[in-house]
Amino acid sequence: MSTTTKLDLAGPAPAKASPARPRRALRGSPTFNFWLFTGPFLIGLAIFVYAPIVWSLWLSFFDARFTVTPDKFIGFDNYKYMLTNDDFVGSLGTFTVFAAFIVPTTWALSLGLALLVNRLRFMRAFFRSVFFLPTACSYVAASLIWKMSIFSGVRFGLMNTVLGWFGVENIAWLADPSPPWYWFVIVTARLWLQSGFYMILFLAALQNIPGELYEAAAIDGAKPGWQTFWYITLPQLRATSTAVILLLLIAAYQAFDEFFNLLSKTTWGRPPLVELYYKALGESQDYGAGSAGAVILTVLIIIVTLFQGKIMGFGRGDEAK
Amino acid sequence: MSAMSNSNWDRRNVLRAAMGLAAAGGLAACGGNTGRSGGGSSGVNLNQYFHAYGEAGTEQAIKKYAKAYDKANVTTQWITSADFESKLFATLLTKSAPDLFEFHPQIQLIKSGQVADLTDIIEPVKDDFNPADIASHTVDGKIYGVRMIDDPQFFFYRKSMLEKAKVDVPTTLDELAEAAAKLTTGKVKGLYMGNDLHSVINPLIWSAGADTLNSKNEIAYHTPGVVEGIKKMRKLFTSGNLLLGAPTESWDPSSFTQGLAAIQFCGMWAMPTIQEALGDDWGVFPFPKTIDSGKQSVVNGGWSMFVNAKGKNVDAAKEYVKWLWIDQKQYQEDWATSYGFHIPPRTSIAQSATKLKTGNAAEGVKLFNEFGHFDNIGWTQAMITALEDVFANSVRKDMDPEAALDKADTAVNRELKKLFG
Repeated sequence: MSTTTKLDLAGPAPAKASPARPRRALRGSPTFNFWLFTGPFLIGLAIFVYAPIVWSLWLSFFDARFTVTPDKFIGFDNYKYMLTNDDFVGSLGTFTVFAAFIVPTTWALSLGLALLVNRLRFMRAFFRSVFFLPTACSYVAASLIWKMSIFSGVRFGLMNTVLGWFGVENIAWLADPSPPWYWFVIVTARLWLQSGFYMILFLAALQNIPGELYEAAAIDGAKPGWQTFWYITLPQLRATSTAVILLLLIAAYQAFDEFFNLLSKTTWGRPPLVELYYKALGESQDYGAGSAGAVILTVLIIIVTLFQGKIMGFGRGDEAK
Repeated sequence: MSAMSNSNWDRRNVLRAAMGLAAAGGLAACGGNTGRSGGGSSGVNLNQYFHAYGEAGTEQAIKKYAKAYDKANVTTQWITSADFESKLFATLLTKSAPDLFEFHPQIQLIKSGQVADLTDIIEPVKDDFNPADIASHTVDGKIYGVRMIDDPQFFFYRKSMLEKAKVDVPTTLDELAEAAAKLTTGKVKGLYMGNDLHSVINPLIWSAGADTLNSKNEIAYHTPGVVEGIKKMRKLFTSGNLLLGAPTESWDPSSFTQGLAAIQFCGMWAMPTIQEALGDDWGVFPFPKTIDSGKQSVVNGGWSMFVNAKGKNVDAAKEYVKWLWIDQKQYQEDWATSYGFHIPPRTSIAQSATKLKTGNAAEGVKLFNEFGHFDNIGWTQAMITALEDVFANSVRKDMDPEAALDKADTAVNRELKKLFG
């Protein structure tokens, strides 16, 4: 993933290995070394990613209830069933809205954090680590903390205690869907978990913007602050931004853990994957329909990604502007 | 990311470390715990699934019984996840399926050939079992599970709080809503029925004079009384007098013992915990009449032992079930009364269980006998989920109950057609 643009313009090119130092040669040919290093990863990818994808594609054309080795071919029936299933189609709709909200929000928050941390003169490493730390936390663990402690509906839940100081009635954050406070719980949990990681990406990109650009801009009379940010920083972050938005979009459609844990036993706020989980692995054990749903979701993600690449110019390298 | 150090030596080391880690990870995965450790005096290994009981000492008790058995090496998997049934159903399809497991009688397990016929081990002692517990496990004259415990579920209330608010024990749903309103103060909510209210679905139906299915296995829950009940529930849900978003679900008495709610729907199992926390300041009452023409009701839930018919050691598993849940009466009594309180399905044990003969426990037994509704084997998990969706849509959200019930009818009828043709 490219996190830099126009490195060739000027400035801090990656340090080149000194040619004077004799390199300790690895045994064997470069081809052998290539396979030595990428082989284990590729094998894992094939077994744990590609094989299941092909298998579920195959399953999606069969009547596969209570089995993953079906023999009754039913053509596109599963697809027809999933595409006319209100719950599944509804969840796709809901999550398009969810993605439209969470992606820009996370993007803005991570960029904001990166800018703040980048300007720090002292304790930068400390703050960088602190903001990055939630990335190491499991979604399940975070959901439990959010559910049981911060957004517990009882009077001693953290949020209700704080609101209580201002005389606000206890709110059942997750149990009562109207008003839909559960979105607030989910969005805060997701922001806390994700922002740090994307902040690091932005931080790396920010440090790669050549200082000369800012100096030149200052000479030309650009005011520091908003003007510099808008005309220099933001355009320079274009490739990183595109990558971050792409990753965020995929993450939004793959949302599962926190929804499954925070909103168990509901009929609302179900992302497509939770819907598929109940379909394929719940009491109905319908692997055919579940696989068809997974394929639909995959196709959707591919279309969105390609479309986004088209408008934002991801992958066009230096021509991107 | 080129912001970091770029030394070649560093990079190479990092790669090497990464490869080492990957290899170590791969090796570690090979040593996974499959729950089937070797050993055992006769070489037969059995694996059993239990959902996580909340009471202290329960897991140790189950493992203690298993250890005392000398004809096979029995390992126990204590499933702590909230959706025991999903985990169980999914595992039953795989090679790592348990040889025996606890669950509720549900006919799809029998129709799909997943549980073994246990008639031969139960038949000799059949008369000692509560007839309702035999009936609920019987399909076409064959008995498929051994009941371990019966769990009546009803409301628990704080006597002192009701007295202070001058509230009588409610006998109708309207009175219950009224009581909840009067009992709600700044710090205490009037009523707790779980965050999702799912545990009161069946009693609401029964107390409206309806049933889940009738004797011909047709839908019997879709009545005007149930619709009215759901509307009353919706009103109660939005009244602000219900405890919602509690950290523990309604099977756990913590919300009640910690004084978060004056009345809580829970089960007989919680009695020892509640007694310890509140002394004698509590009583029990059945689910009130949903409509005036209805009758109060109690859920007679419980857990039964089943043998996986597709397992490798069906006979050994049956042998173990017979040994523990038919022959070892002292263990059965220990299981029913030493941790949480449960009613032993064996008449002989129920008669000798002195702990259930006094106070609120005796009252619980009385409600069990007078108002109790036992499991209906034809009412399966998919149907349970369909009605849970009705509650989610029409009580917690404001969908029209008729429309929600119609939607459930479609799902339940599809299931009924699959099971009974």
